Amino acid sequence: MKDTPALALQRLSHVYVNDKGASLAVEDIDLSVAQGEFVSLVGPSGCGKTTLLSLLAGLFPPTKGKVLLGGEAVSGPTPKVGYMLQQDFLFPWRTIRDNAAIGLEINRLKNRKTMEAVDWWLAELGLGESGHRYPHELSGGMRQRVALARTLVTEPNVLLLDEPFSALDLHIKLQLEDLVVQTLRKLGKTAVLVTHDLAEAAAMSDRVIVLGRNPGHIRKEIVVPAEIRDADPMTARKLTGFQLLFEELWSELDTVDAGGGESDK
Amino acid sequence: MRAINNGDSNKEIPNHEEADHRLRLSGIKDDRAALMDSLYMTHKRKSRSLSWAVGTTQLALLVLFLGLWEAAGRNKWIDPLLFSYPSKLLEQIVRTAANGSIWPHVGATVSETVVGFALGTILGTVIAALLWWFPFLSRVLDPYLVVLNSMPKVALGPIFIVGLGPGFMSIVAITLSVTVIITTINIYNRFREIDSGFIKVVRLFGATRLQLFRLVILPGSFPVIIATLKVNVGLAWVGVIVGEFLVARVGLGYQIIYGFQVFNFTLVLSSLVVIGMVATIMYQLVAALEKRLTEGWRER
Repeated sequence: MKDTPALALQRLSHVYVNDKGASLAVEDIDLSVAQGEFVSLVGPSGCGKTTLLSLLAGLFPPTKGKVLLGGEAVSGPTPKVGYMLQQDFLFPWRTIRDNAAIGLEINRLKNRKTMEAVDWWLAELGLGESGHRYPHELSGGMRQRVALARTLVTEPNVLLLDEPFSALDLHIKLQLEDLVVQTLRKLGKTAVLVTHDLAEAAAMSDRVIVLGRNPGHIRKEIVVPAEIRDADPMTARKLTGFQLLFEELWSELDTVDAGGGESDK
Repeated sequence: MRAINNGDSNKEIPNHEEADHRLRLSGIKDDRAALMDSLYMTHKRKSRSLSWAVGTTQLALLVLFLGLWEAAGRNKWIDPLLFSYPSKLLEQIVRTAANGSIWPHVGATVSETVVGFALGTILGTVIAALLWWFPFLSRVLDPYLVVLNSMPKVALGPIFIVGLGPGFMSIVAITLSVTVIITTINIYNRFREIDSGFIKVVRLFGATRLQLFRLVILPGSFPVIIATLKVNVGLAWVGVIVGEFLVARVGLGYQIIYGFQVFNFTLVLSSLVVIGMVATIMYQLVAALEKRLTEGWRER
């Protein structure tokens, strides 16, 4: 690990309070992610995966503990952190190009030069022809690629991926996994992926964090072997070590999630 | 399937000047095109004949109704003083349109209605925006809005007339009282129904509350705002006509009341016909506006 981690969580706890009461979502999480590293969070539902991502994004402040981004405390959402949601949530009234540029518009960075970057990213992600179309004219995979372009044009240093592939068909999902991993590697970006899909976590990440629930805590950390880590996700799935890694994750989750069933979607 | 194919290939063969063995091969391909073409043509023919039948029936009903009315009026099956009859109405409309006496009435009513529904929609949207911006305000005002909405607001007419004087202003005020509350409720509900995912997207980019409103909440509610505008066209007519009943010295509603007072039911009914025509034109204009404004981004 390098000197200053790109991301760090220090003794982090979060309590949700509403009219019904207060519930402890995550407790005492310590985690640091190095620059350029790809980390996955897996675990049963209710283990606080999405809570952790929201805290990392600065959507709300943690009840206790600290979130550090490049050594500095996070005080709110910033364009330095990109976030991909489970669905694309492209605005139906904006063209693809304007959708991809929304982050620029919000941060008052929209000009000729940055719009060129938008076009470049759309072309890079295979959407060069679609800039002036509307979201409903695109397939699910294309829309999620637009969402990726939208996230990348503001040049975030860290990417938070909240199950961004879970709503897609299998073969489109595999293609997108490859695309995301290749793109992030090329740019040397740091990424945190939340997923239900153990194979996806194993194929994409450098490190997999297994979370337990009630309240959410880190149960185990599994470092992905170098040969799987260095391969593209699609290739990695075919390697001999992959099945072993998958089984290790599986048994880990089986013990966490005694109820079983939904660990692999 | 096969039977149909064979049938069609027979039809196609004469069109081909190729040699026999090739003809069979290409025949299969053309077949498919011919079959699909004929299926499509049948479908088109069916749907065209259906819309023709609908149109004819509509026209027949209208002619039948007008014819019966005319006959009943002329032959005194019904009291022509009370129910008049179509040719008399038409004569009345044409005469007043030609000598120009109807236009001030149409102009007054149309301008009151347009101001009423446009202002009602804008005001309702602004109030809805305030409620969205200040959630505390919306919690506080919620029961009052419900009560106001269920009240028959035209009953407030006399108060407006005393307060604003008899004329344009009080008629517009009555119209607003009919449209604003329901517009506020509809649009505010839409504001709150915007998918939280869209809100999250802009919040994650660090959007301010104003940006959130301008980039997501308002454009996302646009179809509902336009639909409310359409509803308000209808409501505004009610407000304007009632307002004119109460107070006006000019306007189609005034003509109806006047016609009633002098027992000229031809005037009453012809005013109603004119209202029907103008209201239809207005509704179509708003529908065209809706189509233009939401072009492209919505699947229809």
